[in-house]
Amino acid sequence: MQFFDPAILHAGQYHDWLVQGLVLSIQLTVISFVFALPLGALVAVMRTSTSTPLRAAGAAFVEAIRNVPLLAHLLFWYFAFPELLPDAARELLYANNPEVVCAVIALTLYAGVHMAEDIRSGIRAVPRTQLEAARSLGLGRIAAVRLVLLPQALRASVPPLLSQTVNLWKDTSVATVIGAAELMYQAARVETASFRSLEAFTFATLAYLTVSLMISAAAHLYQRRYPVRTA
Amino acid sequence: MLELIDTYWLYFLVGQYPEGPLGGLALTIVLSGAALLLAMPLGLVLGVARVSPWRALNVPVAVLVHVVRAVPLLLVLFWTYFFLPAVTGVKTSQAATMLIVLVLFDSIYLAEIVAAGIRALPKGQFESARSLGLGYGAALRHVVLPQTLRHGLPSIVNQLVSTIKATSLGYIIGLSEVSFIATQINTLVFTRAVEVYLVLALTYFILCFGLSRLAFLLERRLQRRPAAQAAGIMKASVR
Repeated sequence: MQFFDPAILHAGQYHDWLVQGLVLSIQLTVISFVFALPLGALVAVMRTSTSTPLRAAGAAFVEAIRNVPLLAHLLFWYFAFPELLPDAARELLYANNPEVVCAVIALTLYAGVHMAEDIRSGIRAVPRTQLEAARSLGLGRIAAVRLVLLPQALRASVPPLLSQTVNLWKDTSVATVIGAAELMYQAARVETASFRSLEAFTFATLAYLTVSLMISAAAHLYQRRYPVRTA
Repeated sequence: MLELIDTYWLYFLVGQYPEGPLGGLALTIVLSGAALLLAMPLGLVLGVARVSPWRALNVPVAVLVHVVRAVPLLLVLFWTYFFLPAVTGVKTSQAATMLIVLVLFDSIYLAEIVAAGIRALPKGQFESARSLGLGYGAALRHVVLPQTLRHGLPSIVNQLVSTIKATSLGYIIGLSEVSFIATQINTLVFTRAVEVYLVLALTYFILCFGLSRLAFLLERRLQRRPAAQAAGIMKASVR
């Protein structure tokens, strides 16, 4: 057996497994991001609102989720959550790729609360007078938040949100634990099937590195191109 | 739920100990604490190297930091688990493997905390120490680092929270920490998954939320002290 055989990474079954894994990892990241960002924005707005119950609910949600490891979230959503569903909904879940659905739920919640904290610091960076001015110009409460506060807050939050996206990308690897066939799972599968662990893990390492560094570079460029303006 | 706790509480807390190796919540806590303590000296050295003026020193450390932060901990865990025995010829236990990986990650994150702390300290502190005749090392040791570490304490406590959460990944290589034990209990009782995993989540929550509050209180106390106002408040990204 050759010490390092790059051929298996170019073509063949192992190549296909690894590429499928990479594709699923990227899909998990994108789908979870699409759900997590609005969730994060909503929670951040709750946490900065003037109503005490809303603020408390937002804080409880954030603390409850981020103080439990992602792995425990995944175990809960995959093994326990289906038991809480009515029979018909459970059948529907089991028929539709339960590993991926549960992974998306857990990743969305976990990434969502971390994004909420980034957006919240973005909101706090916008001077209070901006909202007051918007209100006094006749915008309603929601319109003022949507049209004046959030666009400015999001601009300040883009770099931390991108680094949160790197975390989300890395965290997709944990979905291995419930058998979602993402990159880490497929790399381990190649290792079990062929003992070609060196090749499989090298592929996985390069893939994780490339995507992470690309997102970090994007954050760096954004910060250069659009530095935070002080209003 | 009460009878579940009543039957399995000891197994949940310590695993098979004393008949077998230590496991459960105790293993989670021991591993995280040990990893953070062992990582401290390394983190301190790497952090100082990261902000040192010598390129030969700060460039390799910067590269290492970027690479480690760009890959999932689980990937490094797999590399270590599968290849360390092949390289050293010694069979490494799951606990030792996990400890090695946690020390590596913690020292990188601690290095960032130390580096951020040194950067946040006003330049005048280091310059006046130097102009009073202290050498580079002595100025760091007597003037810069004591202040940095005190201000970095909340971040270090937060790093402990991240470490506790990271030990759960040991589950995947079969380390008998608390998540693994919870799954074992779930397999034994079979039909009570909701209760078992809620107890697991609650356990982590109490531990991590308690420590986060402690970090928050420490931060507030430090902010109130006049000496601390000189330094910007550092916030290393903690997850």
